[in-house]
Amino acid sequence: MNLPSILLALLLFAHSPFLASEEARPLAEDPVLEERVKAISYELRCLVCQNQTIADSNAGLAIDLRNQVRDMLKRGMSDTDIREFMVARYGDFVLYNPPVKNTTVLLWLGPLLMLVIAGVVAIRVIRSRSKSSASQDLADADINRARVMLAESDEKRS
Amino acid sequence: MKVSKFLIPLVVFLGVSVFLFKGLSLNPREVPSPLIDKPAPAFSLPLLHENGSTLSTNDMRGQVWLLNVFASWCGPCLEEHPIIVDFSERGVIPVLGLNYKDNPVNAKRWLERHGDSYSSVVVDLDGRSGLDYGVYGVPESFLIDGDGIIRYKKIGPLSQADIEADILPLVDKYKR
Amino acid sequence: MTPEIGHFAIILAFCVSVLQSLFGLVGYARGYAKWMSSVRRTSYLIFFLTSVGFACLAISFLTNDFSVLNVASNSNSQLPWPYRLAATWGSHEGSLLLWVLMLTGWMAAVARFSRGIPTEMISLILGVMATVAIGFYLFMLLTSNPFDRLLPPAADGRDLNPLLQDPGMVIHPPMLYMGYVGFSVVFAFAIAALISGRLDTTWARWSRPWTTVAWAFLTIGIALGSWWAYYELGWGGWWFWDPVENASFMPWLCGTALMHSLLVTEKRGSFKIWTVLLAIITFSLSLLGTFLVRSGVLTSVHAFATDPERGVFILGFLVVVIGTSLLLFAWRAPKVGLGGKFQTISRESALLANNVLLVVAAASVLLGTLYPLFLDALGFGKISVGPPYFDAVFFPIMAPAMFLMGVGPLARWKDSPVPDLMQKLKWSFIVAVVSALILPFVMGDWNVLVSIGLLLALWIALASIVNLSTRLKQIRSGRTVTLIRALSSIPRSYYGMLLAHIGVAVFIVGVTLVNGYEVEKDVKMSIGDTVSMGSYTIQLDSLEDLTGPNYDGVEGTLSVYKGERLVEVMYPQKRMYTVQQMPMTEAAIDTGFTRDLYISLGEPLNDGSWVVRVYLKPFVDWIWGGCFLMALGGIFAVSDRRYRKAGSSSAAATSAP
Repeated sequence: MNLPSILLALLLFAHSPFLASEEARPLAEDPVLEERVKAISYELRCLVCQNQTIADSNAGLAIDLRNQVRDMLKRGMSDTDIREFMVARYGDFVLYNPPVKNTTVLLWLGPLLMLVIAGVVAIRVIRSRSKSSASQDLADADINRARVMLAESDEKRS
Repeated sequence: MKVSKFLIPLVVFLGVSVFLFKGLSLNPREVPSPLIDKPAPAFSLPLLHENGSTLSTNDMRGQVWLLNVFASWCGPCLEEHPIIVDFSERGVIPVLGLNYKDNPVNAKRWLERHGDSYSSVVVDLDGRSGLDYGVYGVPESFLIDGDGIIRYKKIGPLSQADIEADILPLVDKYKR
Repeated sequence: MTPEIGHFAIILAFCVSVLQSLFGLVGYARGYAKWMSSVRRTSYLIFFLTSVGFACLAISFLTNDFSVLNVASNSNSQLPWPYRLAATWGSHEGSLLLWVLMLTGWMAAVARFSRGIPTEMISLILGVMATVAIGFYLFMLLTSNPFDRLLPPAADGRDLNPLLQDPGMVIHPPMLYMGYVGFSVVFAFAIAALISGRLDTTWARWSRPWTTVAWAFLTIGIALGSWWAYYELGWGGWWFWDPVENASFMPWLCGTALMHSLLVTEKRGSFKIWTVLLAIITFSLSLLGTFLVRSGVLTSVHAFATDPERGVFILGFLVVVIGTSLLLFAWRAPKVGLGGKFQTISRESALLANNVLLVVAAASVLLGTLYPLFLDALGFGKISVGPPYFDAVFFPIMAPAMFLMGVGPLARWKDSPVPDLMQKLKWSFIVAVVSALILPFVMGDWNVLVSIGLLLALWIALASIVNLSTRLKQIRSGRTVTLIRALSSIPRSYYGMLLAHIGVAVFIVGVTLVNGYEVEKDVKMSIGDTVSMGSYTIQLDSLEDLTGPNYDGVEGTLSVYKGERLVEVMYPQKRMYTVQQMPMTEAAIDTGFTRDLYISLGEPLNDGSWVVRVYLKPFVDWIWGGCFLMALGGIFAVSDRRYRKAGSSSAAATSAP
């Protein structure tokens, strides 16, 4: 490289605001692993907090549990294994995603059931309203005619 | 009957109210332990008072014992401590102290100050053993039988009533 | 003296409420004209007295009167005065006083703005509202008195929870309560209709504006709460399906259904029984929410620290009010006739479907919220129901409802032939599908959920445009009318609807894109370090000590560059509030139309660097922008005099869309 190009290069670098700055290192040793830790942590409940996940909380127990999850993932345990580990120690309460068991069948099927029942009722209502449409229209027409006739006779009188 | 279908909202509401009423006497923060009647998780932890030695759950086999999880930084632990000391001194069953996520120096000082009648005290520095037991707050106490099965867990400070009404009967039941 | 005056004012308000309840209800039953006509005046009096009570409490806070227990527990002399004011409603007792202030405010408003409503109906309506007020006054005076004295007075107060020391805290509860409590008006109208038997299109026309205004306030209240959580809690979340959030969301869902149901009842006389029931249900959910937040039955970040004894009182009140209403409904509803007829595909059936979906959604949220309680009460152990459940259940139910939003406004009343609808909407659908398939690639990578969300949003927006252009065509067919003329001839209530629906579309875009494409980086930064985020480079320039009125901490200065150009400088803070010894992180947010840059400080590390969390959140402000548009649409609609015109002799059904 000759002198002019070295000088040019120096000039260009000198304009950069990032001269001599470092790219910040990720907090986690392994960001990919950390993503998995986070994903699982969002499903686990912090037992000492007022309704927070262990991902969101900074309570001692939450930090401990996150570390535990990280360790287990490093050791190669699967997401399911980790959830079972937590449930074995803390019960179903620690899962924000309620497991499907005989006691939670109503919870998971409830919305669908309600939708079906409501849908059936609604369809019945719509059917009944559209069926009697013809006869009702006739009655409406009669009433309107009567109104018109009455109005006309009122006018005649006044 | 036309009237009956219009009563459905009321009936549903009253049903929900019954549950809400029952809910008032429940504590939504208290998490029952799934470990009752299951084997106590094994641990092998260093003793507080004897450097270099450890105590494991195996060492406690063959007898009914109480595991009391405590820490010097825990207020309610101080509350329950006199009761623990008293119960331990009665000698009915051994009471093992688990010093949870604490500084051993502070723990020793705390015990010196407030009484130490534990049969032994083990140190769980990082709380991993506590985690195995489903500990989420201190103090907590576990009653474990001779076969190493957990028969009772108390979350929070142990009271005299707990001892008389819950622990002693279980001790009688499982003592051989 | 001030607390005593306030206390006395509340006691008086309670007494006058008893009178008004008597005058209103018994006056109606016995036909006592003098009693019935006095309820408007008593309403003004009650509101005045309650305002005095509220003002006294506020003054106690503003003047740091630590001899009042509530002030000592929730305030501090170093607390800046806006937060001292907000602390008035920061506690259980204070917020109850706010509740009842809002209730009596609405009551006075009904008394003032209801000239067209006959005296007998007003008598019932205001009588019912006063009855509800009685319960709250009793609750306050017997169990939760904000004016209790602390003697000897504390030297200083325990300070307001730092999480609540924020402008959002000043506005969010009043807005929320205006909404929540505002549904008491349509509830009172419904009870009045059941008692009097006067349930017709006129009744619907009276009720609709009140419902819409309450709904608009609730929309803003919930949106503010969500936005506040977003910038206050430090990790950029905006909705957690927390029980207390759900407690405000359920009345919102039912309130939305109610607005639409009232529309049908007003225009076609149909769904009368359902509308009345829905009005009762919506307000019942408001009351239920009040119970859930204060009884200790559910765990929540938002819950007030109260005890089950108070819970028993509220539950008793709930059972009396809601139980009586539903009993009244069961008894009187059959006497209400059915309304107009309509075909299977018509605007009526579209709105019926809308109602079904919204109410089932609300019921599902209720199921998820209360299920842990059900299981525990039955002895089946404890479970948790959190975001994974609600997300899985809520969106599939709402998606069809959002799809219907495109169809409904275009459908004709009574009978809407399908070929006609399809012809009008064909292009909207095609364009929406194609765009929804392509756009995700523009944003980043393709994602099926993003596509679905964008499809729904585009569909609603395009269908709204088609709606407007169809209407313009109708106006201008066969005559020469300028575009401006045509546009200004369309009533404001119509624009209100369009605006609100487009607001929903905007909201969907925000939620979809932020969930699909947000980026988070947790890094360790020393002075001079940079982190890159999308097309931005962010550099930590300095960290300085910071002292505030009642806190100290550290403030970071971070420069944001796009390429070489400095775009913004951001100042996140880590504070320690001295009285409660509570650490708080104040995120720095650079708000943009298409994205938010969100930076929060974590903890200092041993080597002098700090944990810094940087987030890029695309289109996140569209979430609250959409809510704002929805509320604006509601206000627009109500500002249309035609929407509000009370009781004229117009005949029942007209078919104007």
